Amino acid sequence: MAVRGVVRRSHYRDSMVLMRLAEALRALPGVREAAVLMGTPANHEILASAGLATVETKDAAPGDLIIAVMAGSDAAADAALAEVERILTEQRPARATAGRALPRTLDGALRQMPDANLVTISVPGAYAKLEALRALRRGLHVFLFSDNVSLDDEIALKRLAAERRLLCMGPDCGTAYVNGVGLGFANVVPHGRIGCVAASGTGLQAVVSRLAALGEGVSHGIGVGGRDLSAEVNGIMTELALEALAADTTTEAIVVISKPPAPAVLSKLEAAISRITKPVVVCCLGALPLTAGAARWVATLEDAAESVVAMLRGEAWTPRAFGDPADVKSRLARARAQASRGQGILGLYTGGTLAHEADLILDPLVGRDAYRLVDLGDDEFTRGRPHPMIDAEARAARVREAGRSGDLGVLLLDLVLGRAVHPDPAAPLAAAVYDARRAAQAAARVLLAVASVVGTEHDPQGLDRQIATLESAGVEVMPSNAQAARFAALLTRPELEATLLGETR
Amino acid sequence: MSLETLLGQPLRVINLGLEVFVTELESEGATVLHVDWRPPAGGPDTAALLARLDD
Repeated sequence: MAVRGVVRRSHYRDSMVLMRLAEALRALPGVREAAVLMGTPANHEILASAGLATVETKDAAPGDLIIAVMAGSDAAADAALAEVERILTEQRPARATAGRALPRTLDGALRQMPDANLVTISVPGAYAKLEALRALRRGLHVFLFSDNVSLDDEIALKRLAAERRLLCMGPDCGTAYVNGVGLGFANVVPHGRIGCVAASGTGLQAVVSRLAALGEGVSHGIGVGGRDLSAEVNGIMTELALEALAADTTTEAIVVISKPPAPAVLSKLEAAISRITKPVVVCCLGALPLTAGAARWVATLEDAAESVVAMLRGEAWTPRAFGDPADVKSRLARARAQASRGQGILGLYTGGTLAHEADLILDPLVGRDAYRLVDLGDDEFTRGRPHPMIDAEARAARVREAGRSGDLGVLLLDLVLGRAVHPDPAAPLAAAVYDARRAAQAAARVLLAVASVVGTEHDPQGLDRQIATLESAGVEVMPSNAQAARFAALLTRPELEATLLGETR
Repeated sequence: MSLETLLGQPLRVINLGLEVFVTELESEGATVLHVDWRPPAGGPDTAALLARLDD
């Protein structure tokens, strides 16, 4: 076994480019493991634990690029290093246009584009505050995708932004839309008349994708970052965003999306909503209003989309457990025709808000002991590796592992499409589900898999194609995450049929 | 650039960080300028110091 490492001094490439490079290396003949990363202290630890640290790599500084390879032979390792050198030389630098060198700083960029109105920031968290401060101080709105920004820094940034009436969308803002243009991990949806304020990236994606399916579009989807409605941040950006959407002439109705706000912030949020004369739907998953107001509060992301559309169209609307109960009955019959199975439900999620929503649905239906939900996008799983919406391998490994778990009856899954995420996320997930189901079958068990897909037909991956890929592996694909969670509950608790499918009985 | 103005104007974006977002924004019709960003020499400590000085 040969382990080789090289260091390129003062050579910065972003984490997604590096991940693709590492993937390309791992696919080369004879390569067992590979890492391409910046020389930060955390990355040195990752290299060491993977057995990839070498004499050459140990002195690399945070601004240096490390390439490390473990291969079956010296020749394979050398060939891999030569290949990465070739790719790096070919790729660099991207996007210099019309012979003009790319700026190195925000100020340099402003000299080339003095009328810029928004700065998107996705640099490593340790540098994000500096760049966001610079942007805000120069009067520019900010989309702050970076995570690992401290709460104190978030508060400082948002206070400065609010003083100057600028948007600071984030930190840790996965998705936003401004004038219908998607930022971050955005689904391709029409520009339209519904405005959203979201303290949840996947929550916003789920709502706008459902709106698109219902024939409606988004005016703006202002992301505020998952901590905006915490007691500490106090809803600074949510309040500003609501005010902006209330005044915006293209926005005819507003949807608020978040996990439960801190109690003190909830009353502040209600006060801000009460000042809005447009229709408002609130989906603070797990929270109820303190006072009765004109806004409609709903329990799920799907309900938020359907409810706001009904309001705008002047139609009656009531929440339903399933959109098509007859279809659910035939799916149930198909599933029950299979042999005996375990009772447990395991949810393996890439969207944190979707996992939270499933938790709220499953707890009252099956009880907390009957299921376990894992948010693989949580910090503990993404340290040193990309988010599972980009890198499907971590979840695929857990799905395969689930096939060997004797007490497991149902796997519950999400799949999030959109720009900038995995180009074909259904393929690795379907392959893993297929393997897990076969492993269960070999042990005379049946493992069922239920999923929902957040996305649209116009997303690069194509919604229908992704659904078909999952179905080919035997996954029951439901129209929403809430319906998928309820269906998983039905599969393990037949007695729930009366409650959940009662309307067609 | 006031908030109300931003919500009514075509996006003109400066991108610091992931290159993949440039393609995304351009495909949606926004004008984008990518910054060939790199961390300040000295790392996060220098960045924190610069954040205090930059005004």
